[in-house]
Formats: sequence, structure tokens, C-alpha cells
Amino acid sequence: MYFIEFIKGSVKQVTTGNKYYWAWVVFLCLLIVIGTIAYINQMVSGLLVTSMRDQVPWGMYIGNFTFLVGVAAAAVVLVIPAYIYNWGPIKEIVIFGELLAISAIIMCIGFVVVDVGHPERVWHMLPLLGTMNFPSSLLCWDVVVLNMYFLLNFSIATYLLYKAFMREDYNHKLVTPLVLFSIPMAVSIHTVTAFLYNGLAARPFWNASILAPRFLASAFCSGPAIMIILFQVLRKTTKFKIKDEAIWKVAELMAYAMGFNLFLLIAEVFKEFYSDTHHLVHTKFMLFGYHGHHNIVMFTWFAIFASVAAFIIFVIPSTRKNFLTLNVGCILIYFGVYIEKGVGLIIPGLTPDVLGEIYEYTPSNTEIFVSMGIFSLGFLIFTLMMKVAVPITRGEFHSSRVSVSQE
Amino acid sequence: MTDKHTPKTTTKACSRRSFLKTAGKALPAVPLLSMQTEAGFLERFFQKNFKELSTREKDQIVKRLEQEYEKEYGKKFTVGAEPALKGVQFAYALDLSRCIGCRKCVYGCVTENNLSIDPQIHWIRVLEMDEEEGVNLHNATPYYNHKKVPAEGKAYMPVQCQHCRNAPCTKVCPVQATWLDDDGIVVIDYDWCIGCRYCIAACPYGARHFNWAKPKPKREGINTNTHYLGNRPRMKGVVEKCTFCVQRTRKGKYPACVEACPVGARKFGNLLDPESEVSYILKHKRVFILKEELNTQPKFYYFYG
Repeated sequence: MYFIEFIKGSVKQVTTGNKYYWAWVVFLCLLIVIGTIAYINQMVSGLLVTSMRDQVPWGMYIGNFTFLVGVAAAAVVLVIPAYIYNWGPIKEIVIFGELLAISAIIMCIGFVVVDVGHPERVWHMLPLLGTMNFPSSLLCWDVVVLNMYFLLNFSIATYLLYKAFMREDYNHKLVTPLVLFSIPMAVSIHTVTAFLYNGLAARPFWNASILAPRFLASAFCSGPAIMIILFQVLRKTTKFKIKDEAIWKVAELMAYAMGFNLFLLIAEVFKEFYSDTHHLVHTKFMLFGYHGHHNIVMFTWFAIFASVAAFIIFVIPSTRKNFLTLNVGCILIYFGVYIEKGVGLIIPGLTPDVLGEIYEYTPSNTEIFVSMGIFSLGFLIFTLMMKVAVPITRGEFHSSRVSVSQE
Repeated sequence: MTDKHTPKTTTKACSRRSFLKTAGKALPAVPLLSMQTEAGFLERFFQKNFKELSTREKDQIVKRLEQEYEKEYGKKFTVGAEPALKGVQFAYALDLSRCIGCRKCVYGCVTENNLSIDPQIHWIRVLEMDEEEGVNLHNATPYYNHKKVPAEGKAYMPVQCQHCRNAPCTKVCPVQATWLDDDGIVVIDYDWCIGCRYCIAACPYGARHFNWAKPKPKREGINTNTHYLGNRPRMKGVVEKCTFCVQRTRKGKYPACVEACPVGARKFGNLLDPESEVSYILKHKRVFILKEELNTQPKFYYFYG
């Protein structure tokens, strides 16, 4: 059975590497250990060790979750052009987008698990075994679509890699419909996550129809930003060839997405300020601070500045095609969207609270350490998967069956 | 309270019940036989949603809880599991013109419902606002501390669970750990709640509170007269809130806050009984509800008597 050889070979791939590879793996493991210790402490003492309180019941964990759902959804940006328009240069790198999506969803699940008070009770959410509140609760929808999206990407990526390992052509009749199906799935994971907030009439900052479109627009920037940086790292560290034009094409798509995202932001800000209702307090809190609480203001403006600057860089062809400015743009987009879809979404939505009280949330050390641990776990999983995928796509790691006949 | 209905056990037929009965028994039964000493843990782990439990299963759980609480607090507890009263829709009416902001209701609630002292949880929040502004939540604070109340120029508004007919919290709960019971009380099964706090985000009244640490109620004077869905000692990591004192009201008593109020601002009763005090108030006074535009349809009415 060649699949056993595939598994064994993969294990060998991830356990061999140069000193930089091992330094990176050990560094990530160290952060995972720190995160685990912080999490055990949180389990023992309760969520009191976080900065969340009744007034702000969600914080950094759910913010990270939301951001990463966007990253996972953004794999679709690479899938759409590659499969529908059959663009040569992008097709070879789609698989890495899918691997990124897999790691992002694992991190998403991690952030939900550390956020709940009783993770051992999550089976209560399962159909038949527990009492799943489906279709009423959007959280149930999110669990369903995230798991489906995970399974879909995991199976496509594994199948494609295995076929490449066997040096066989993959079954187009099987893969093409699955890949096409992953496009609406990617849209749906982010839409459902947006609806999770959107449906709460108690929180006017989230209860705006523009939320889901904005989620998609910003995700189509942040996911590819990570991919562009990653492609360059791969080009430098491995013999993997990724054409410049593929990267520029992705960057061009990002420019359109960011332009649309900024347009939606303007639409939102206009509506809030011009109508000037009680609901304006959340936007005011976010942009200028409210009743002497200003902690979040600096982050908001950084995110806006970063998004506008990145848009300009990506929309002008000469700066888009210059790798220095391109990378600056990617970093700006990454942090801009991380704030916008993380604390910038959760905290103003919950502050002031429903009875007008202002509790100013800033993440505690426990939250920061646990979050670092989960991010490291995601990076580790991604690194290990790439360690297997890169040599396969380069044809260096393949089945013994083909070594004699084809080489 | 004027209703004279006696509690009756209502067992609703449920399509999934037969499956769950078998599945629920089969799952814990196997490890249970071999690990008698760990029975408590496994029993608790595999315990079903309160709504799915048979009367016999409820009796067993209640007995187990009573033993646990006696061990922890050194006192004999009763944990009731009385179902919703038939022909009853509990409702509340609060006379804002009488309320003086003394917070007697808050402390009556703390004692009756075994609320945690550290970290502090209050199911009732009394908001202080400027009298001339009327009800304005954007200019309200629960953190006032005067020598004498009511303070000059201030008005007071207690807020607690509004027991909505169209409750956002029960809608969003991913596991159906909270629901609107047939007598109009929104209840929580603390043993089923996963602690995701989606209900806290969804509640427009700030009525829901999370146990951020292990709750520590006052040990001396702890109320041993409890209900499974009400004031029994809770655990960390679950959500709790006002239950209209389910342990009292299902036995025909007033909620503790009604009895604690020194000025008679708090009225409670059965909406379906035309002779009840709340029915009288709804008929003869002009009442309002909080955040009417959200269509939560509270059964908690405010009025100026």
C-alpha cells in the first residue's frame, strides 16, 4: 500500500531539516508550552484571569477567531482564478492556500475552545448526542460550516499531494467539483461568522447589514497578504519557483478588495455620524474615545492608516511590482485587518455595554500568552505540512514506485 | 400572589427522547459498572439536558446534588425540580415613582439566591439617572454611593432579567441550556451550559452574569431551600441570572426582591389571572417596557404609580 509509504515518508520529511528549521520548530514549541501553562492556570482559576467581564464578555480570543476565519476564507482568492480561469502561474500555489486554510481553522477551533467556560461540555452541541440548537443559534451554523470547510480543504489537499507523490494525474471529475464547492463554502464560513454578530439587536455596532460584506472584503486582503510574504520566503529558502506575475496578480486582487473595504467603512461612518443616534457612541468610542476612555483610539487609527496606505501601494502598478513596497503593503494590511477584525470589531461592539456602562478592556497576560500559544500551534502545523508539500510539488519526494521508471 | 394553582408534573413527549434514553443509558452504563468509585464524575459528565430528563433521573440527580452541597456547606439542602405551573404566566411590575434606590432588593436577592460575594455578582442592577432626563441609559450608573437615598435630583431604575417572550438569549444559546419555561420564566440548566457567553452578548438588558471564578456565596446563612434551575450553588464557567425566584414562586411565594422592597415598588403575579396585582396594573396604569423597539416582549413592566 503506497499510502503507508506516503505517511512514513511524510514523517521522515518533518523530522529531517537544517538547523534553521529546527530552531524555528523548537521556538514554536516553546511558545506552545508557555501558552499551555497559561491555559492550565486559566482552567484552574477560571476566566477571571482574563480581562473579560460581564460588561465585555468577549475579547481577544474571539477577535483572533474572527480574524482567522477570514484568513481561512481567503484561500478562495487563490482558488477562484486558478481553477475557473485556469491561470498557469497561480495553479501551482493553490495547494499552499489550502494548507493555510487548514491551519487557520485549527487555530479558530483553538480560540473557541479556550474561550468557553466548560470545553469538556462541547459535546452538548452535537446533534442527537446533545441538544444542538440548530437552526436557531448561529454558533451551531458556524460549527457546521467550519467543520465542513476543514474537511473539504483537508481532503482536497491530501488527495492532490498524494497524487503528486504517486506522480499520477489527479481525477479532474472528482477534484474540480470539490474545488468549486469550496468557493461558496469559503464565502459561507465568513458570512456565518459575520451573522453571528450581525444578528444581535442588542449590539447596534454589529447589527448593521454591512457587516458580512465588510468581513469578506477585508478577508480578501489579509489572507493573500500572508500568502504573498510566504511565497517569497519559499522562493528564498527552497528551490520552489513562484513567478512574479502570480504574486502581482494576487496583489492586484487585493487592491480591489481593499478599495471595496474602505468604501464600506466610509458608508458605515457616514450613516452613524449623519443620523447621530444613540448608536453613535460605539463608533465614537472607537474613533475618538468616550468619557475619557481612549485606549482603543490609537489602534483604530493605525488600522485605518495602514489600510489606506496599503490600498495606495497596491493600486499603483509600479509600487505593486516593487517587492520592497509590496512587502510593506502586505505587513500594513496584515496588522490593519488584524486590528479591524479583532479587537476593533469586538471591543467597540461591546463598549459601552447594554446599560451604558463603560468597562475598558485590554487583554490580560494570560490572554496574550494563550493566544501566542495557539498562533504558534497553527504556525507549527503549517510548517510541518509545508515541509511535506514543498518537496512533493517540486518532485523531490515521491513514491518508490516511480523512482525507477521515471527518473 | 393570587394564583392557587398546584404544581403538576408535565412530561412532554419528545421525538428524540426514546433514542436518548437508550443512548444516554448505554453510554455511561459501561464505564460505570467497572468504575463505581468514579461514578460521580462520569454521571455528571454524561448527564443530559434537564429538559430531556425523566422524573426518575431528575430525582437521582437532585439526591446527588443534595449530598454534594451538604458535604461542602455542612448543611442539609433541598434541591427542588418543580416543573412550570400550569395556567400561569409570571410577570413583574415596578413602580418607578416609588423606587428610592436603596438597593434592598439587590441584597434580598443576594441572600435568597446564594449569589457570589467574591467575585461579586448582582442579578439586579439599580441604575441612577438624572431626574430631569427621564430614562436615559447613556447617562446612568449603577455605582452610586450616597449617605442617603434618594439623592437630590436623581431617579432610580432597577434592571434585572426581563423574562422576554421573544428572548434573544435562548435563541442564540448553541446547546439549548437556557429556555423560556411554560410559566414564563427564562431558566438555565447550569449543568448543561458550556459557558460561551453568546447569551450575554445577545441580552439587551445586561441581565446575564458569568461565573468568571468559582462563586463564593456567604457560607453562614446560605439558603438551603433551592431549585435545580434557580438558586442552588453554581459552578465556575457558567452563566446565571434572575429566575423570578423560581424556588419560591413555583410554591406560591413572592420573589425575594418583592418582599425586600421597603416602599412597595415591586409587584409580582400571574398575568393569566385577571384578579392578580400585575393584571390590575396593566389594566389601570400606563406601563412601559425597556427597549421596546427590539421586540423582545418583556414580562417586566415599568410604570409611574
